[in-house]
Amino acid sequence: MALFSGTATVVPRNLALTSSAKLCVVRSSSPRFLSYLGKAGFGNRVALSLSTVRAESSACLSGSGSGSGSGSFHGLCYVVGDNIDTDQIIPAEYLTLVPSKPDEYEKLGSYAMVGLPASYANRFIQPGHTKTNYSILIAGANFGCGSSREHAPVALGASGVSAVVAHSYARIFFRNSVATGEVYPLESQLRLCEECTTGDVVTIELGLNRFINHTTGKEYLLKPIGDAGPVIEAGGIFAYARKTGMIPSR
Amino acid sequence: MASSLLSPSFTSFLRTKKDLSFSALSSQRCPKGVPRRIRCAVAAPQRQPSTTGSVRTAMTMTEKILARASEKAQLSPGDNVWVNIDILMTHDVCGPGSIGIFKREFGEDAKVWDREKVVIIPDHYIFTSDERANRNVDILRDFCHEQNIKYFYDIKDLSNFKVNPDYKGVCHVALAQEGHCRPGEVLLGTDSHTCTAGAFGQFATGIGNTDAGFVLGTGKLLLKVPPTLRFVLDGEMPDYLLSKDLILQIIGEISVAGATYKAMEFVGTTVESLTMEERMTLCNMVVEAGGKNGVVPADSTTFKYLEGKTSMPYEPVYSDQQARFLSEYRFDVSKLEPVVAKPHSPDNRALARECKDVKIDRVYIGSCTGGKTEDFLAAAKVFLASGKTVKVPTFLVPATQKVWMDLYSIPVPGSGGKTCSQIFEEAGCDTPASPSCGACLGGPKDTYARMNEPKVCVSTTNRNFPGRMGHKEGQIYLASPYTAAASALTGYVTDPREFLQ
Ligand code: SF4
Repeated sequence: MALFSGTATVVPRNLALTSSAKLCVVRSSSPRFLSYLGKAGFGNRVALSLSTVRAESSACLSGSGSGSGSGSFHGLCYVVGDNIDTDQIIPAEYLTLVPSKPDEYEKLGSYAMVGLPASYANRFIQPGHTKTNYSILIAGANFGCGSSREHAPVALGASGVSAVVAHSYARIFFRNSVATGEVYPLESQLRLCEECTTGDVVTIELGLNRFINHTTGKEYLLKPIGDAGPVIEAGGIFAYARKTGMIPSR
Repeated sequence: MASSLLSPSFTSFLRTKKDLSFSALSSQRCPKGVPRRIRCAVAAPQRQPSTTGSVRTAMTMTEKILARASEKAQLSPGDNVWVNIDILMTHDVCGPGSIGIFKREFGEDAKVWDREKVVIIPDHYIFTSDERANRNVDILRDFCHEQNIKYFYDIKDLSNFKVNPDYKGVCHVALAQEGHCRPGEVLLGTDSHTCTAGAFGQFATGIGNTDAGFVLGTGKLLLKVPPTLRFVLDGEMPDYLLSKDLILQIIGEISVAGATYKAMEFVGTTVESLTMEERMTLCNMVVEAGGKNGVVPADSTTFKYLEGKTSMPYEPVYSDQQARFLSEYRFDVSKLEPVVAKPHSPDNRALARECKDVKIDRVYIGSCTGGKTEDFLAAAKVFLASGKTVKVPTFLVPATQKVWMDLYSIPVPGSGGKTCSQIFEEAGCDTPASPSCGACLGGPKDTYARMNEPKVCVSTTNRNFPGRMGHKEGQIYLASPYTAAASALTGYVTDPREFLQ
């Protein structure tokens, strides 16, 4: 781990490297995952043109193997601090939107992170836009504290976020992220919110628990996904329950 | 969900003792002989004592509740188990989404696992002309009719809540008042303050829509057994303190993430002396410390409260004397002072008297934390003692219809028979509003008492993150009903001892 500490290895990355180019094998028993992948796309190229990074960002989760799976996320990052609560992720006035209704799902996404104070000069979603340019959210400690509203991970997912990398999470947010498969919740060993700046180009390699900041040229280690692994791998609580025979498969 | 679970990283199991009080006078207390079985109309199958001589490991009460609900003899923190759920509660903000997931996953014609174990309580966005908010209550109603849900506390006429006999108000207070909180049981709700019910000696925690959709269909959920932090509160409670001061003290001590993934067990002579409503305040805010659940051992106060509220048999459980706690914190309550949580975090603790120069614009008394009958009685006590009128607008939002009625009927002690509502009127407060969550979480723009401008508010609610009560730049000081009332009288954050001594 020391190898990956902030001051350590600065690995010049070949940015055209196709670290995420492997073919994804997706379990058909996992509808949530499909939509998850569908959202992020199957891009197999690490694109560098900032304007197209989002569209070409890759998220490939292989269903094979044990552990937390392999695959990667790539894109621009948005950086927030500690104790970002669910009211900042999605303010209560938008909770009348029902996430399981497709049009309201999209709307929720357009309000993601709108509760951040004005001190965040770079807004998460540009005025007039409905999606974010930042597919990876980087946060400090206790991300997602506050309410149990599942609208929070849903709004992030609907806005175009694929993964969140926080120093730590509030319990219910983490659980809701895994349950819904809307965003992949990862934890960093170091406080990446102090190592990264909004707009940096980053890659997450799940299999290696590696986080790469291409803008600064530094690499960091992420924490293994832990107990949630089997459920994430299955594709959420329903898929997990079907896989383990808790509820009948369909 | 997965997880339940899930703690991304599981902390090693340390046993540490922390002494946070001014003195370590309090001695270790043992649970006293409380009856093990109460009102058992139906005898649950008793496990025969093991004859193999195997030694049973001691468990905390949280571990025991989850062990029983998962039909296991033994559980340890970190175990992931499928737990049978006794009650699932949902409301108008998360109910429609949970129902959507239930139908998507189990089919349009699916039936809930038990129509008597699902409790649906519209409470968040009720008195608003927001069409989507109104529609969400309609979705709940349609579902309850379709599924023949036994406990649905409906509201149809928004112009006058009193003509809706079924309507209750804030779900966590209604759950208790309607007898849905029972010792030893497992209660899940699509609301983070579901932990309030831990006051009854049960496991209660908040979940998301997807988990709730799963529970609706199966009556089960995969949960991870949390380790327990124990808080020993001893000493006589000074008459200027309320439970809100105790929990703000504790959160200030351990921080907003100090109990993440953990159970918080409250014991000690002070806790034993607290009423049920005060115990609910204590457990209500464990989520503000990141806690998974809070729990108070059931005792005669609990059993008395439940009399006449439920006819269901229940079986309390208690932590074994040898149970393992991750840490133990001790407080000598007699030495504590009134506190507030300053903007913008519930752990930003300060003594109320240290904030006496903070000028405020308004006071809000309401919510599942500070909108119960006793909270209003406490505020009335301060107004009565001062004989003065408020200097800033003071908004009163009773949690439930029952609380509202209490304000108009229960005489305030020492007032010569006046009710809370009379005292509030004399003090110049706003008339008590229709019971609901109100402005506790902001809500639609036309919500009563919502902070639509960047004001400074002293509030008896539970969260003061940016934007919580409406305006992003608003400043919220969380306080007890005593401190809130005292602050209303001066227009500054004020220690209630100025009026109570
Ligand atoms: S009163 Fe406030 S904290 Fe309590 S349930 Fe309602 S919105 Fe949540």
